[in-house]
Amino acid sequence: MQIQGKDTLIQGVTEISLTVNGTRHNLQVEPRVTLLDALREVLGLTGTKKGCAHAQCGACTVLVNGQRILSCMTFAMMHIEDEITTIEGLARGDELHPLQQAFIECDAFQCGYCTPGQIVSGVGLMAEGHTNSELEIQLFMSGNTCRCGAYPHIVQAINKVVKER
Amino acid sequence: MKPFAYIRPREVEGAVSAAQSNRSSFIAGGTGVVDLLQTTTEKHELLIDLNSLSLNSIEVTPNSIIIGALVRNSEIMAHAAIQEHCSAISEALSYSATPQIRNMATASGNLLQRTRCTYFRNPEFDCNKRVPGSGCPAIDGYNREHAILGGSSACIAVHPSDMAVAMVALDAKVHIQGVNSNRTIPVAELHCLPEDTPERETVLELGDLITAIEIPISPLGKGSRYFKMPMAGFSLASVALSWNVENNTIKDVRIGLGGVATKPWRSHAAEAVLRGAYLEETTFNSAAAAAVQNAVIQQYNSFKVELMQRTLVFALKTMAESETGG
Repeated sequence: MQIQGKDTLIQGVTEISLTVNGTRHNLQVEPRVTLLDALREVLGLTGTKKGCAHAQCGACTVLVNGQRILSCMTFAMMHIEDEITTIEGLARGDELHPLQQAFIECDAFQCGYCTPGQIVSGVGLMAEGHTNSELEIQLFMSGNTCRCGAYPHIVQAINKVVKER
Repeated sequence: MKPFAYIRPREVEGAVSAAQSNRSSFIAGGTGVVDLLQTTTEKHELLIDLNSLSLNSIEVTPNSIIIGALVRNSEIMAHAAIQEHCSAISEALSYSATPQIRNMATASGNLLQRTRCTYFRNPEFDCNKRVPGSGCPAIDGYNREHAILGGSSACIAVHPSDMAVAMVALDAKVHIQGVNSNRTIPVAELHCLPEDTPERETVLELGDLITAIEIPISPLGKGSRYFKMPMAGFSLASVALSWNVENNTIKDVRIGLGGVATKPWRSHAAEAVLRGAYLEETTFNSAAAAAVQNAVIQQYNSFKVELMQRTLVFALKTMAESETGG
């Protein structure tokens, strides 16, 4: 395969580096490895969950350059220049992120599987500013499914942090 | 997922010249391509990552708004000039997908997204779009989501985009960079009807890259709206509506229909009924009837004929009420 110019053709296992939660990691991946699989299987950051792997549930939500995205729908190789934040990167040492704390105080989860995605999505949402009412929070949290149905408390937790800021 | 090679060109020319094989695909947001690769609906030997190209800004000129191909759906939705001059596009995006997907999906990727037909997306089934000539199990199968307009005996898959429906109603155009030339065509002429070749979804040739979408600034776009049933998830029936009303008379009107057709649908038939007519419900009913006059129904989607008409009448009445202050 002939490719013009200085753009490099990458085939097979290749070393890349990813910046996750402020730390630069070198890892060996194929182009077909999703960002989600790279985080979980290669870097061992298993807080980010694989729910559906089809962009439908939001359990794999991470922040890329501060914006919430679905790590199942993108390849690790596409993010070598990005700052990635996962659920593991929200707390400062033993001090939980205010939204993590609010999830505990508002009882905003049951089984907990969707929770990392909900919290990271909520952090992205607060940065976007679509938090002027409970209805707006509901609309803009529509990318995260909770099969236990903890939705009212999730909205309450986000609203609590917004109001206390 | 099958292995593939990967390249990230820095210039448009590099992207176009890398795409000289039908075994390659562009990727940008990823929300379309990654899912199609995971289900092996699509198989590619090379992915060309467009994210280093400088196609990610929105330019507002006196006559038009030019949206770079890589601008994310969330940015289009929130852009002040788009909200002011072509509000139907912003409103359509607000009912589309989820916030995370809108943060990833690009302008051109939205236009080029592939049908949600479950037979197309499951390689266990035949599909004329995926394997030309293999047959269409949707026609005799479960076809509740399928098209009533623009279908053929080979394919009745719906084009799923909301944004594209608003764009055909607002006379948007796409800028295309090819290997040897560039050209501009209306979004309404970008997608092909399935006819006997449902595998050919657009007029794009090998290597063609959409670089931008241009929306004219006109009085019609101001106050334009998008009505969708249901409001969340993929559309079953939706309407993009823009018009110019003076003294309770419709001077000019544009209608796009979504969720019911094999491509983003411009309803010239409904527009013809409305153009020059007074704002009254009997006219709205006639326009809705005209919109579905050529509908072809299947076993499970006949409800769309009624739903489409009711959605269009609702849209017209809602817009009329805001005109008359009623």
